[in-house]
Amino acid sequence: MDIVKLTLNKVPELFLEAENITPDQFAGKNAQQIGELHVYMGNQTAKISDYFKVEGKGGATAADTRIVISGPTDKVKYIGMKMTAGEIEVQGNADMYTAAWMAGGKIHVKGNVDSFCAIGMTGGEFIVDGNAKNYLGASYRGDWRGMQGGKITVKGNAGSDTATFMNGGTIDIGGDVDVHLGTHAEGGKIIVRGNAKGRVGGQMVKGDIFVLGQVERMMPTYVYKGEEEAELDGKKQVFKVWIGDMGERHGKRKGEIIYGKIYIPSGSVEAETPAAQVAKKKKLTEKQLEKVKEAFKDQEPTVQQVRTYIFDSFDVDMKPMQVSRLIEGLKR
Amino acid sequence: MSEYIIKNGKVYDPKTGIKGDVSDVCIKDGKIAEKVSSKAKVIDAKGMTVMAGAVEVHAHVAGPKVNEGRNYRPEDKLFTYKPTGKNTRMAGCFSIPTTFKTGYEYARMGYTTVMEAAMPPLYARHVHEEIKDTPIVDEGAFPVFGNNWFVFEYLKNDEMDNVCAYISWLLRTTKGYAIKIVNPGGSEAWGWGENCTTVNDPVPYFDITPAEIVKGLLTANEKMGLPHSIHIHSNNLGNPGNYETTLDTLKIAEGVKPNNKFGREQVLHHTHVQFHSYKGDSWANFESGSKEIADYFNKNKNMTMDLGCVTLDETTTMTADGPFEHHLTSLNHLKWANVDVELETSSGIVPYVYDPNIKVCAIQWCIGLELGLLAKDPMRTFITTDHPNAGPFTRYPRIMKWLMSDKARQDMLKGFKNSDKVIAATNLASIDRELTMFEIAQMTRAGPARSLGLYNIFGGLAPGMDADVAIFNIDEDKVKDPEDIEKAFSAASYVFKTGTMVVENGEVISNGNKRTLWVDAKIPMNKQVERDVQMKFLKFYSMNLNNYEVSNHYVPNPYVIEVEN
Ligand SMILES: [Zn+2]
Repeated sequence: MDIVKLTLNKVPELFLEAENITPDQFAGKNAQQIGELHVYMGNQTAKISDYFKVEGKGGATAADTRIVISGPTDKVKYIGMKMTAGEIEVQGNADMYTAAWMAGGKIHVKGNVDSFCAIGMTGGEFIVDGNAKNYLGASYRGDWRGMQGGKITVKGNAGSDTATFMNGGTIDIGGDVDVHLGTHAEGGKIIVRGNAKGRVGGQMVKGDIFVLGQVERMMPTYVYKGEEEAELDGKKQVFKVWIGDMGERHGKRKGEIIYGKIYIPSGSVEAETPAAQVAKKKKLTEKQLEKVKEAFKDQEPTVQQVRTYIFDSFDVDMKPMQVSRLIEGLKR
Repeated sequence: MSEYIIKNGKVYDPKTGIKGDVSDVCIKDGKIAEKVSSKAKVIDAKGMTVMAGAVEVHAHVAGPKVNEGRNYRPEDKLFTYKPTGKNTRMAGCFSIPTTFKTGYEYARMGYTTVMEAAMPPLYARHVHEEIKDTPIVDEGAFPVFGNNWFVFEYLKNDEMDNVCAYISWLLRTTKGYAIKIVNPGGSEAWGWGENCTTVNDPVPYFDITPAEIVKGLLTANEKMGLPHSIHIHSNNLGNPGNYETTLDTLKIAEGVKPNNKFGREQVLHHTHVQFHSYKGDSWANFESGSKEIADYFNKNKNMTMDLGCVTLDETTTMTADGPFEHHLTSLNHLKWANVDVELETSSGIVPYVYDPNIKVCAIQWCIGLELGLLAKDPMRTFITTDHPNAGPFTRYPRIMKWLMSDKARQDMLKGFKNSDKVIAATNLASIDRELTMFEIAQMTRAGPARSLGLYNIFGGLAPGMDADVAIFNIDEDKVKDPEDIEKAFSAASYVFKTGTMVVENGEVISNGNKRTLWVDAKIPMNKQVERDVQMKFLKFYSMNLNNYEVSNHYVPNPYVIEVEN
């Protein structure tokens, strides 16, 4: 395997769009030819060699080509876009659209990546040692084809809207994820080893989501199904399983309706259904009431503001009507 | 204005009857001329094909639903944009091109006149704003009448004079070109949660049937002597077994004689017939009904049709047939937009992937081409894709290749995943007809121009006609590979629009002098209709009558076709 070393000399003034940095483009080219390939900055077209020191040469095919990128690459977008084979290693951070529409090969980013990475990915492996921002493995805006194959591993956390419209492949997040995980998913497998912030599997038709920590709040359109044995990391474990999204259409297989499934390890901290929450906490203590009064003194707060304050401060989920009455009460 | 003489090219022109003879074409002052002076610029078309500019009879290229399609399909734009060029503006999208790309791509394929197939009167201003922004090609738009409350009520009460006065007023008010009918009665019925799937299903509340609507508008059209015939998308589109509904619709026109001073010889145009030629009673036993439709078409000379060929692409369906789009999204589960246009029509949009590996899609592909090959009169049979419904108009060169090459078709048929099943359900494998260049000229130039009542201006190369000329780098007698056909028609060597060279070597070099065609039927408004219009706006429309009219500044360069009564 031949190696191409790219070293970014300095942080580019604007964002550098570098969809030509792929083994497919570099294969069969020497350092000088690689340097001639274009990159965009703003509305200007430049050459790779204007920004990077290029050493080594591409292999005979993409599969024989390994690219190692060093330097302050935080503002480089589209690394490895549409690549089909070979390897890329980014030693620092990478910007948006890294591994977008990746079809094969391997990309390893040792730092963090920004949003929209691995969107529409169909194959290969994408590894991030740090964190990923929003829309990881999702679909392009408007498209219904999110991640369809391959594997994404993020050792840190991932942002919101991870795996939107996912319909194949595997996403493995070592840490936590923000809201909207697996929205509209129609297949594939997502593992979150930390916590999921909420709105997990909204409008999901099919697919599996494992959350090994907590789901902050389960969607009201998910139904608790009971305990079930499933395999994860090569061993069988017992999980509590929720099925949904009940507001969506669902296909059938062998006469049985297929749902999206959310798995939470048995014996982990209770994840609460909204109904359980409402039953447990819907009233404020005298002390909490005083605090609310204090917080909104001399103000005319909206229902939304007060409701959010109560939820964030006391973990009490009040109905808007209750909050509205409470505000009336406080005025008097 | 400059003069040109196109020398040494093989000319195909149904208007003058030239069938591939080497002949000169002269252009002077924007018109085709008998001769030009010695100062004329010479274009050497040796080894090339010379035709009139093509006329698009049915495409969805301007207006609210087209724009909503662009708006809600960012993925259709992805990787398609071409930056600003010397003579062109930034342009992109695949199935729903921007207005600029629409103009450029039609011109590059040698098209010089385009008809927008469905204009909701309420949003006519939007249609004209987009038409104005579409460069080069002359355009007209067909307002939809098939689900219009005024039409329903006047027809129900047998008030033909009022129907005509209303149509004339609406054409003038919306700067429209012809009477378009989409799923007659069905789009209104959908507002009641229903549909009309046969010509005898009554519309709720109005208690009028599709057959009565079509018959009424057909009668009005001929009474008024409009340049185009009624232009119809019949009931039950896209459903297995619908060929019977199609035949029932066509029969309504039997015995009706054309009445107009524009040289139009037919009284009914049925659009995208591919979508209306289905046999079987479910998607499982779905099969081609092209033979039945083509047989009827060949026997009945008072109709024209366009094909609506499926091109096997990922595209965007959009139609004023609201119930159909609602039905479609429940089949493919893709995103969907639907709207009810008050007293006039409805509309819907759903993306669609015509996958050659899916049997139904491959059969649809066959049906479109079968109709083109089984129809015996190319002057009455026009190439379309119902853009973008069955595929984008930019695929016309590919359809021409399929129609002109049996080998190209058989290769496709053999390549399908369900090849045997597709062949069993269709007629295409046994049809070896290959259309000639002259027949292509009939189907894309002379035929559509005649059906639109524009054959004295467009679609031919007789002296005095508008100098719309396209020159393609292909010689019919020397085609070795069918791909050459597609390549040549994709990028014309030269295109002239009213005497201005707009395309050279496949590239747009001028934005031409675009005009908007509309029909002034000249029937005066009567008191009754005037009062009805005012009352309807007062009582039902969400818009004020004053904001309804397409005033002149929306149509800065009009080309008014006047109907003398
Ligand atoms: Zn149409």
